[in-house]
Amino acid sequence: MEAEARLAGARLSRGSRWLLPAVLLVLLAVYPLVVPSYLLSLLTEVLIYGIFAMSLDLLLGYTGLVSFGHAAFFGVGAYVAGITAVRLTPHMGITLPLALLGAAVAALIIGYLSVRTSGIYFLMLTLAFAQVLYAVAFKWTPVTGGSNGLSGIPRPALGLVAGGGELADPIRFYFFTLVMFLLVYFGLKRVVGSPFGHTLVGIRENEARMSAIGYNVARYKLAAFVLAGVLAGLAGALNTYLNVFVSPALLNWPTSGQVLVMVIIGGAGTLIGPVLGAGLVLLLQNLVSSQTDRWPMIMGAVFIIFVLVARFGMVGIWDRIVGRLARRPGPVLSDES
Amino acid sequence: MSRRWSFDALTQRLLAVLLFGLVGWLLLVPLVQLALRSPDTAFIQLLNGLAYSLLIFLIAAGFTLIFGMMDVINLAHGSFYMLGAYFAFTIVGRTGGDNFWLALLLAPLGVALVGVVLELGYLRPVYKRGHLDQVLLTFGFAYVFSDIVRTVWGSDIRSLAYAPALQGAVDILGRPYPKYRFLVIVFGLLMALLLWLVLERTRLGSIVRAGVADPEMVSGLGINITVVFTVVFAVGAALAALSGVIAGPILGMHPGMDFDVLIVALIVVVVGGLGTLSGSFWGSLLIGIADTFGKVLQPDFSMALTFAVMAAVLLLRPAGLFGRKAD
Repeated sequence: MEAEARLAGARLSRGSRWLLPAVLLVLLAVYPLVVPSYLLSLLTEVLIYGIFAMSLDLLLGYTGLVSFGHAAFFGVGAYVAGITAVRLTPHMGITLPLALLGAAVAALIIGYLSVRTSGIYFLMLTLAFAQVLYAVAFKWTPVTGGSNGLSGIPRPALGLVAGGGELADPIRFYFFTLVMFLLVYFGLKRVVGSPFGHTLVGIRENEARMSAIGYNVARYKLAAFVLAGVLAGLAGALNTYLNVFVSPALLNWPTSGQVLVMVIIGGAGTLIGPVLGAGLVLLLQNLVSSQTDRWPMIMGAVFIIFVLVARFGMVGIWDRIVGRLARRPGPVLSDES
Repeated sequence: MSRRWSFDALTQRLLAVLLFGLVGWLLLVPLVQLALRSPDTAFIQLLNGLAYSLLIFLIAAGFTLIFGMMDVINLAHGSFYMLGAYFAFTIVGRTGGDNFWLALLLAPLGVALVGVVLELGYLRPVYKRGHLDQVLLTFGFAYVFSDIVRTVWGSDIRSLAYAPALQGAVDILGRPYPKYRFLVIVFGLLMALLLWLVLERTRLGSIVRAGVADPEMVSGLGINITVVFTVVFAVGAALAALSGVIAGPILGMHPGMDFDVLIVALIVVVVGGLGTLSGSFWGSLLIGIADTFGKVLQPDFSMALTFAVMAAVLLLRPAGLFGRKAD
């Protein structure tokens, strides 16, 4: 909390830059009071997927690790939160730490086996491990509910006494998610600005050199992988609390694909980019799905267009516009390759 | 290479041993029991595994050559397999009955055309931008193709009709075995031999092999490497489509088959070593047979078993069985 306060202070002192975040925060706070519940749950979902996409971007955009199996940790978080709520207690003080722990363990094992490889092999291994977990969730019916998914999950409770501080209320849950989102956003902002974050960027830019300087590259990659996994697990758990249902599809490759699309469309290598990407993808999905079944085709096409003509995503487009208007170069965004 | 028995090296070997132990316990022990109890079943399953392996090999071969040449993991490679199967379905359906042979010829050609358009129109413009962009592009196309198939052919599970000439059974060592599957094995082995001959004994093959080793040097020698890229991409697409047509009558068609088969191809080339034809051949045999017996002996864990094999191989040889270096 002290760190948060200092961070907020640092932002304020930068003069004109505090205005936009402040307005945004007010808007986010007023939003649930004025919109219909349908839009409220959409924004809650955007915040959850924003956390998920930011966690992938820590790997993809900052460390240069292209993970195609990030759904694994989202799914583990979702399942652990759901299973413990069904079997143990609906109290979030118990289910949330357990979900994070589960995601951390999964990320530690998968990361340990994967970070030794790089590039193509890394991509394939992460994909393969996620599919293993999908198969487990699909087959292990007594615990996970199998192909039907896990249903009958009680609404989350916040307090330690039964019924105390229930989060079933959509507005309360929205604010809870918003707090989590802000914690993750500012926490990650701190991480990527720290020596640790700079080391990750160094690994992305030139792994051989970082290794030659004396950094244990594999350890740094593993640390980033576990951190990203835990945050994806948090997003997964929040997703369970929101939907009170867990389906094995959460672990399947389209989930990994979708979050990758969010990061690329929004802008890899920035924190706000993946969140914008999550917002655009989910908004489009909601608009398109009500009109036609052709959502995957449209998402694929949008994705192809972004890769072809707007490689740095929405943030890149914004930087180009602002850069041109102000006649100054936009922030340096470097390619992963 | 000197071996340092560091903590990491020890834990990796320990993990590999554990994984192999798991595979042995869940797969090899029941396999020996099965072979002793009913050798006929074991033999038939071995042949089934062989047929499956060779189908996978056709997919993995194109995939691994494309990767070797262009450094592109073609995530739309499973889509080529799927498109091949569905093209054949339409050709057989339109022309009726005995036109499996026509489908066997036309479907791979059609898919090769799709491959050429994809390579020329979309991959080539981003060659300069690094390989990640190309991988992402193929991923976008995998989405689009899977939805096109869903739109055109629907979501039902379908199966391709055999040519009447291919029905019936043959005798292998005194045991009856479906003629079609037997021919799949023969055809697959012939294709493997043909591919090997083309790669090892022809001028195009030597250009491709040189291109896998060092594309820049090859183009420096005055060979138009970009044309070779297109040819390899088209041939890879056609091979995957061919596999899809041949698999149609055995494995059937359903949406999602593209990704199922992509995962298997990924595992095969990772185990065998990326960019080598022999690697994908032996990798296909190992994974195909392990998967077939896994489905019989441990139906609930067959997928997990193939992944365990992969993880164990990678722990001991990060570049795969036949790979030269981890890169």
